[in-house]
Formats: sequence, structure tokens, C-alpha cells
Amino acid sequence: MDTLSAILFATIVAGTPLIIVALGQLIAEKSGVLNLGAEGMMAMGAIAGFAITHHSGSPWLGVLAGMAAGALMSFLFAIVVLTLMGNQVATGLALSILGVGLSAFIGKPYESEILPTIGPIRIPLLADIPIIGDPLFNQQALVYLSWLLFAAIAWFLYRSRPGLVLRALGESPTSAHSIGYPVIRIRYLATLFGGAMAGVGGAFLSVFYTPLWVEGMVAGRGWIAIALVVFATWRPLRVIVGAYLFGGVMVAQLFVQGSGLGVNIPSQFLSALPYLATIIVLVIISRDQNTVRLNAPVSLGQPYRPEA
Amino acid sequence: MLRLERRPEASHLMSYASPLIAIGLMLVGGLLLFTLLGKNPLEGFKVFFINPISDWYGVSELLLKATPLMLIAVGLAVGFRANVWNIGAEGQLIVGGITASAVALYFQESEGVHVLILMVLAGGLGGMLWAAIPAFLKTRFNTNEILVSLMLVYVAQLLVSWLVHGPMMDPDGFNFPQSRMFEDSALLPLLSEGNRLNLAFIFALAALLVGYVFMYRSFTGFQMQVAGFAKNAARYAGFSAKRMVWIGLLSGGAMAGLAGMAEVAGPMGQITEHVSSNYGFAAIIVAFVARLNPVGIFFASLLMALLYLGGEQAQQYMNLPSSISNVFQGMLLLFLLGSDVFINYRLRWKEAVA
Amino acid sequence: MTSATDGAPAFRLELEGITKIYPSVIANEDVSLKVEQGEIHAVLGENGAGKSTLMKMIYGVAKPDAGQMKWEGELVHVENPAHARSLGIGMVFQHFSLFETLNVVENVALALPGNPELAQLAAQITEVSNRYGLPVDPERLVHALSVGERQRVEIIRCLLQNPRLLIMDEPTSVLTPQAVRKLFDTLRQLAAEGCSILYISHKLDEIQELCHVATVLRDGKVTGDCIPSQETPQSMASLMIGKELPVPEHDAPSELREVRLKLNRLSKPSEDPFGTELRNIEFELRSGEILGIAGVSGNGQQELLYALSGEELVSDPDSVVICGHPSGCDMPDRRRRNGMGFVPEERLGRGAVPRMSLTENALLTAHPADMLNHGMIRFDRISAFARNCIDDFNVKCGGEEHAANSLSGGNLQKFIMGREILLAPKLLVVAQPTWGVDVGAAAFIRQRLIDLRDEGTAILVISEELEELFEVSDRIAVIADGRLSPAKQLADTDIDEIGVWMSGMWDQPATAELDAHA
Repeated sequence: MDTLSAILFATIVAGTPLIIVALGQLIAEKSGVLNLGAEGMMAMGAIAGFAITHHSGSPWLGVLAGMAAGALMSFLFAIVVLTLMGNQVATGLALSILGVGLSAFIGKPYESEILPTIGPIRIPLLADIPIIGDPLFNQQALVYLSWLLFAAIAWFLYRSRPGLVLRALGESPTSAHSIGYPVIRIRYLATLFGGAMAGVGGAFLSVFYTPLWVEGMVAGRGWIAIALVVFATWRPLRVIVGAYLFGGVMVAQLFVQGSGLGVNIPSQFLSALPYLATIIVLVIISRDQNTVRLNAPVSLGQPYRPEA
Repeated sequence: MLRLERRPEASHLMSYASPLIAIGLMLVGGLLLFTLLGKNPLEGFKVFFINPISDWYGVSELLLKATPLMLIAVGLAVGFRANVWNIGAEGQLIVGGITASAVALYFQESEGVHVLILMVLAGGLGGMLWAAIPAFLKTRFNTNEILVSLMLVYVAQLLVSWLVHGPMMDPDGFNFPQSRMFEDSALLPLLSEGNRLNLAFIFALAALLVGYVFMYRSFTGFQMQVAGFAKNAARYAGFSAKRMVWIGLLSGGAMAGLAGMAEVAGPMGQITEHVSSNYGFAAIIVAFVARLNPVGIFFASLLMALLYLGGEQAQQYMNLPSSISNVFQGMLLLFLLGSDVFINYRLRWKEAVA
Repeated sequence: MTSATDGAPAFRLELEGITKIYPSVIANEDVSLKVEQGEIHAVLGENGAGKSTLMKMIYGVAKPDAGQMKWEGELVHVENPAHARSLGIGMVFQHFSLFETLNVVENVALALPGNPELAQLAAQITEVSNRYGLPVDPERLVHALSVGERQRVEIIRCLLQNPRLLIMDEPTSVLTPQAVRKLFDTLRQLAAEGCSILYISHKLDEIQELCHVATVLRDGKVTGDCIPSQETPQSMASLMIGKELPVPEHDAPSELREVRLKLNRLSKPSEDPFGTELRNIEFELRSGEILGIAGVSGNGQQELLYALSGEELVSDPDSVVICGHPSGCDMPDRRRRNGMGFVPEERLGRGAVPRMSLTENALLTAHPADMLNHGMIRFDRISAFARNCIDDFNVKCGGEEHAANSLSGGNLQKFIMGREILLAPKLLVVAQPTWGVDVGAAAFIRQRLIDLRDEGTAILVISEELEELFEVSDRIAVIADGRLSPAKQLADTDIDEIGVWMSGMWDQPATAELDAHA
């Protein structure tokens, strides 16, 4: 693999968990639920995925466990926010703190363990295309799954009736309720989906990407995913573009340091790039308030309780 | 069927009872957790909540740990009351620690009280500087302050890591990532012999008092509360939203920076990669559990500090990871937010219409 | 083969003893009514009499605590709106249940069962809209539609399901008088085809013109049934409010003095992407007069009010001149210091902070009246001010320490109005002064406005209720699509002319003349 292919390959791998988590968040946010707990749900997904893979030997069981852990966390969130009408911002923060803490607590015994590396799946013919063939089509299974997820969500949101209902509900839960849609139940489902995807994203990190468990290994990716949804103005295609952009920034440091470009930049500065990039991207997108306002689900973050 | 029913008017009783309910639920959750881990729950309870404060030294340690929490939480509460969500206090604390350390290291040879005064100023300003970034971006570009302040936590962590591996590293420190130990003139005076409690605790009490007057007696504090309760009413009355963003973020930043200074000039006596023990995040929980009220912050900080000490004890005597503290903290906040529903709603048994 | 003529013809809808209790209020108590097929049945009552709650129970949005409902002779429990629709009940909400970011077809599809094919549905929409004279473009986004068009979408959405009962909740509050007539034609056509209509309103003249029978509600209870065509407005009003309609005293203004508010070609794009752009608005308002601005909602009233109050700023300071001060770039508190008072349309959350006490809510705008001491609040003074306001304006409440959201709409409006008036403004801007307020409080508020005018304050009233404007104004102008008509003396105009103007056609004769010359 030449350098270009290698960079492309690493970018795609680094962007994949962001895609999965951000697409899950996008669905939850489209229903009007802002769950700032992505970081905590990812952390729980990561440790659950790692532990189950470690014990069962099956990475796919691990991914399922991660999914379940994320969904369980988001269920907690949903109870507080949807049934008990708690403040969404504060509850999301609490979920992040709880998830990061609980994962560190559970993960303590696994800190020195390492999982076997899982090889890529090669798609015949397509993988033979020069330069892009290898990075795109000789990839981890979850990379392909993230593309399927994108296609499914794009279809769901813009082509299916439940997707139409979801979009409508995020705009006006009151209207949706008055024409007879079960607002709270639909929001529960959307929130659980968001949590499940955050869990999968976390499991991808610990089972496929590193593959090991370290406390704090999610390292802000959950927050970046939330920023990504804003950056993408709630559109799935732009989530993908944004995720790979961030993936690129994340892997940049490895290549700058490894390439011997002659620059001697402290590694900390390069590690800070994804976070700074997030800020810059948020500034760019927020500058034009109307873009955000036109695209953001109108009821995002607002508690809603149907009258009975 | 049990149903939630809106109260005609918010219940004052419940707004005070709900934190107590949350604490109760957290204790129950904790007992369950100990049981699940195969530990004796009563033993766990004792190690966690009783042992840390069974002697005077323990109490002094409790106050020492509560000090940064009080400082940060009161600063954050000022902003939270106006819905200015500064959740990057952790980063602001680190930067305050860095700037204060820079002063301490620069004045290594100096004697005199000016070193400490300069450190206090530098710490506060450092935290404010870090908080000014999200404030500027929010007021200028309407950028979400939650995400920006949080991203800056990671940046601050990397910044301090670089500094203690490079420019601030102790030249005689065998390449350990930490600074030289500060001279006595750069250390906060102890309040009494035999323990580590220092002047910063007095700062914290003063901050609570000032915070109380500001929030409940000053017109600016009132304006910020209006903005938090009803944004459109604040706009209708002509209260400047930008001013509130600045005040909210800067007060949190200044207090967090001061807490950072208090750490490096207090129990640490130097700067390392681990300036903070998640105080910036724990203080968010403190602020919420305290209902953004300085009196509540005093007690909630003690509780949170107890969770820290309990975690250390659990690690030492029960062989549990110290991150169990974070589990308790997260549970506490989640339970609180959930039980808050009863301030505005009550449970009613309602039969379906026949 | 079964026949519909078997047995006695059942009522289409029968309610018996319906009761609905909310924690703080009994919304409906022992309400019974019967609707025959093809009948236009009015449910008449003041704001807060329980009309909307009753309709929501029929449509399955809310559930009754007691009582029963029969649909075409059969006992039913309406589980939810979808169930109601499957029975043949359709409802047009007062605050529409439409989704702004979706187009008309999608909005209609959301209320239909199954998964209708959108292209086919669009054709059906066009067909129904032609048949009933309800023109609307199926592909347009709802936020681009006028209020009248949105109502048509709601009606079409109901008609597509061939309802046998159509509930219309205050349908005319958003329409021009001309559009009201068109709507009535549609409703009569529907009734003639056998569809029953429940028509909710508090407007007596409309009910007399349209409805066959009426049920009157007061405080959640039925106070009587009548045949509107055999009643006088006075007799129905006394059923509705329990007494005669009070009419405020209104002399001609004594003398006009200096200009207190002057708009110079005020133009402003809306900050809300779905809002209306203000275009070249000009008028002068003098001390001692009330200028009323009429218009169908959504024609720029909000934007004009924001620009006047200072909640949104404009680039040219001279386009808004308040008491001689160019104020276009001044914040609201600055404009207040120059003598302006402002009562917004939304009381909870804008004019008052719901969770704060009346004392604190007084501080919201009264703080310049010597309520502060070096930035600290003088609580004694502010609570005295709040008490004074409560007494002077007959605000019914538990005391000045009670939260704003514990007051009824009318009492809170009296409090806000009192707060602004006690600050002795030179200029008062009021939006929808009596919206959702009971008749007694409304009359009180209108009288206080007229008294304030007589004391020399310049008053601007922006309202969607034409009757109200004709009651209090000295001059009246119309806002339509972000433009303002010339203001006319009340004596020189009438409801019909203003109604035509509400669709933006005040310069029409001039254009016609131009055309004639061409």
C-alpha cells in the first residue's frame, strides 16, 4: 500500500465510529431529543464490547453487547427525559459522566488485555481498483455496515412514511399528538436507536480499531459526533463527509510524525487538532444562523408532555 | 393506572426534598452495587461514607477536597442560572493551574506575599481566558458553548501535558513529567498545623457569600435568572443576552482558574499532568444538586468530596477501582434530574373511564 | 340489504353528562348535546368556557373523566384521533396542526391511514379543493402559505376522509371578513351534502348567520340551547356571559399634541426564516390618540412589534423615532427610558416570567423607576409597586409573592397592562390587548386604554379582532404582507372597507385608474 492509500484507509477507519454514532444521534435529534450523553454511551459500548469479545471470542457478540449497553444507557436517559421530563442538557451531561465513570469501573480488570486483531474483508474486483480500491473495499466489516446504515437512514428519513412521521414529530410534537401520533413512544424508539448506535460506535473502537481497552479511550469522540450532526445540518450525507474529514484530521498526526517531513511539532499539538477542528467547524456552520435554524428540528431539546 | 398530573403551582417542599430523595436513591444504588460486586454492602457503606470522616484529619481532607468544588460550582451556577452552559470548567481549571504555576516558577527566587497575589490573579485570569474563547465564539458567531468549552478541555489537557514534558519540566527531575516543587512563598498558607487545609477554603467561603449576594440581591443576578427562566422575557425587558453569556462564562472560568491555582499552590505544590481530579465535571453535578444555590453548593460540595474520599478508601481497603466515585456522582445527578419531576407534577392513581 | 331508514333516525352525535377535570379547573361539567346529520351546530362560549376541551374529547385528543358519547346511536370510547377519523370525525384546529417544513401533500398524508401514494394524493387534493372552492397548491411548503391557505389545507385534510362530522374550532379568527363568507359557503355546501358541523366560536354575528342551532357554555357548563336565528345578539350574549355586554365609553380625542412615535419608511427583513419582511412602513402617532392596526395574523405584526419594542434592531436609527429620539438601534430598556411602554401578545414567557413572583415580574420593566441602589434590588419598593398594581388593576391573585403562572390569562394581562401603565409611559404599544381574556376583563382593559389616552398618552394597538379596534381606536390602519395602509379616521371607514384592505388591496382603485388611462 502506498502512502496515499494508507492515509485513505486510516481515515476511513477513523471516521467510521463517528458515522455510526452521529447517524444514531441524527435520528434521535430528528425526533426532537438532544442526548448529550453520547460520550458516556460510547464508553459503555466500548467496555461491553471489549469484555464480551474477550470472554466469548466473538467480535460480533461483542458488537451486539456494545449495542445493548448503549441502548440501555439511552433507556435510562429516556426515562428521565421523556417520562419524567428532566432537562435534556443536564441529563445528557449526567449520562456522560455516569457512562465514563461506570466504564472505567467495569473496565479496570481488562486494562492489560489485548484482543486478536480482526482482518479486513476484501471485496473482489472492487478492491483491485488502483489507489482507492484497497482503502475502500478491503476494509473492516463495520466500515461496510456504516455505509449500509447511511443508505438505510437516508431512505428511511426521506422515502418512508415512518421517516416522514419522525421528521414531522421533531418539528411539532403538539401537532403530531393532535393528529394522533404517540409522540413519547416514537421518541423513546428514536432515543434507543441513538443509544444503540453510540454503543456500536464504542464497540468498534475497542474491538476493531485499537483493539484494547483503556480508560478514557473514547477521548471526546462522542462529543465530536454530536458536533458533527450540527455541522451536517441534520443531513445524513453531510454526516459521512464530515466524519471522514474528522477521520482525516485524526490520522494526520500519525503520518506527519511518521513521514519525517522534517517538522518537529510536539505530538500534543497534533493530538489537539481534532478538537480544534471541531471548534472551527462549529464556528463556520453557526455563523449563518438561518442555515442552522432552517435545518434543526424545531422541538430539539424541548420537553414535551401530551395532555391527557 | 399511575399517572403524572400537573400541580397547580410548583411545590416548594419538593424542590428541597428532591435532592434528598436523589441522595437516598444513590445510597440504595450504591448498596446494590456493592452487593453485586460480592462485597458486604454495610461494610462497603462504612468504608465509603463513614471511614473517610471518622477523625479530624479526615474532616480536614474533606474540606480540602470540597474547596475547588465550591469555587467552581458557584462560578458555574452564575452562568447556569442564565442557561449559559459552561461545561469546560475542567479545562479552565487546568489553564488556571498552568498560569499560576508559570508565575510561581518565574518568581522562584522571590520571597514575599506578592508571589501568591500574582498567582491568584494569574490563575483567575488564565481560567477566564480559556472561558473567554467559548464566550467570544458564542456572542460573535452563535457557536454552541457546550461543545466549544468541552473541546477546550481536551486541548487544555494536551497543553499541560506538553508543558510538563517540555518547557515546565523540572530539569533535575529525572525526566518525570512534572515541574519543580514550588518555593514556600508560592504555597498557600495552611490554616492549622497537622493537616493540608489551606487559605483557599476561606476563598471558597467568600466566593459562596459573594455569589449569594450577586444571585439573590443584585439586579444583574436577577437579569440572569430571568434569561434562564424565559429567554423571550429577558429580550422583551431589554436585558443584553451577550452580556449574560460573558458574565456566565467568565465567572465560571475565573473560579475554575482560581481552583486550579489552589491545587498547584496547595496540596500539589507543583504542576503535573494531573492538575485536576475531574473537579471541573464534578462541580457541574454539585451545582445541579445544589439547585444553583450557594448554600446548597456548600453542602453538595461536602457530599461530593465525601464521594471522592470514599472512592479512595474503597480502592485501598476493598480493592475497588477509584472510578466508583464517578459512578456514584453520575447516579446522583441522574436520580436528581428524575426526581425533579415531582416539583411540578404529582403521582395520581387514576382509573380508566368505565 | 339493510337500510339506513330502519328504526328511528339516530343522532349523528350525542354527548351525555361529559365531565373533564384538570388539577386546577373543571373544564367541562355534565355537558350534554345532540347533533343531527346535516346540521350546523354552534358551540358558543367565552374564552375559557371549555369549548376546546369538549371538542378535543370528541376527537380523542383528551379523555373525559365521566359521561358517555354516542356516535350514530352506538356507544363509543374514542381512543385517539386516528380512531375518531375512522369513525368519520374530522377536526380543524384553532392553532393548526400542520408541519411547516413539510409540503401540503406530506401534511395531508400524515393524517391519512395506510401509506398513500403521494402523487395520487396530490391529484385528490386538487380535486377536493376545486369541488369546494378551496384553492391550494399541493406541492408548496406549508411555511410559505398564508394563514387562510393553511386553514384550507386543514379542511381539505379532513374532507379527504369523507367525514360525517366536521369540528371547526374558532375558524374565522384568522380570516378576513371576505374569506369568512367564502368559508361559510363551503360549510353550507358540506352540510347540504349531509355532513354535520360543530362550529366553535365566541362571535355572535357569525353564529347567527351560519348555524342552525347553538349550545351555549359558560364555566364548563351548558347554560342553554337556542336557535340563533330567533335570538338577538344581546340575548345570546347574556346566555354566554351571564350579563349584558359592557361597552366602553369612548369620546372623540380632545386635542392632538406632539408626535410621540414616527416611523420613517421602516423596512426590515424578518429574522425568522418563515417570517414576513416589513416594507416602507410609515405613520405618525400623536399624544392623546389611539391608532389601531388591523390585519390577518402573520402579515408582519410580529415583525413590526419587534422593531417597535427594540427586541429586534434595525439598521437605520431614524426609521423608528420614539418621543423625538431616533431609536432604531436602541435596546428595549433604552426605548423605555425614552418613554415607551409595551405590552406584548404572549404574556407567559415574554411579558412575564412564568415561574417568578409578581414582584419579580414587576421588576422586569419597572427597574428604572428608582428600584435599584448601586445595582442592588430594593425589594421593599418593588413589592410596594407590585401591590399597587394589583390593587389598581383589580388583579385577582393570592398576593404579590405568587408566581405569574398561577394567574388566569385575564388577570395576568391586567397585571402586565397595569405595570406598563403605572410607569406613566408617553407612548404605549399594545399587542392583542384582550386576546383570550374574558369579557369582563376585556372591557376593563379597553376602558383603561381609553382613559390613558385621555391623559395624553399616545397609544398604538395592534390586534386581529376588528370589533375591538373599532371600539377603542381613533384612527385605524391595516397591515398586509409587511406593508401598512394609510390610517383612516374611524368615522370615515367601516368594517367592510377595512376587511378589503386586510387582503392588501387599499391601493387597488388607484391601480384600476392607471389601467383605465393606459
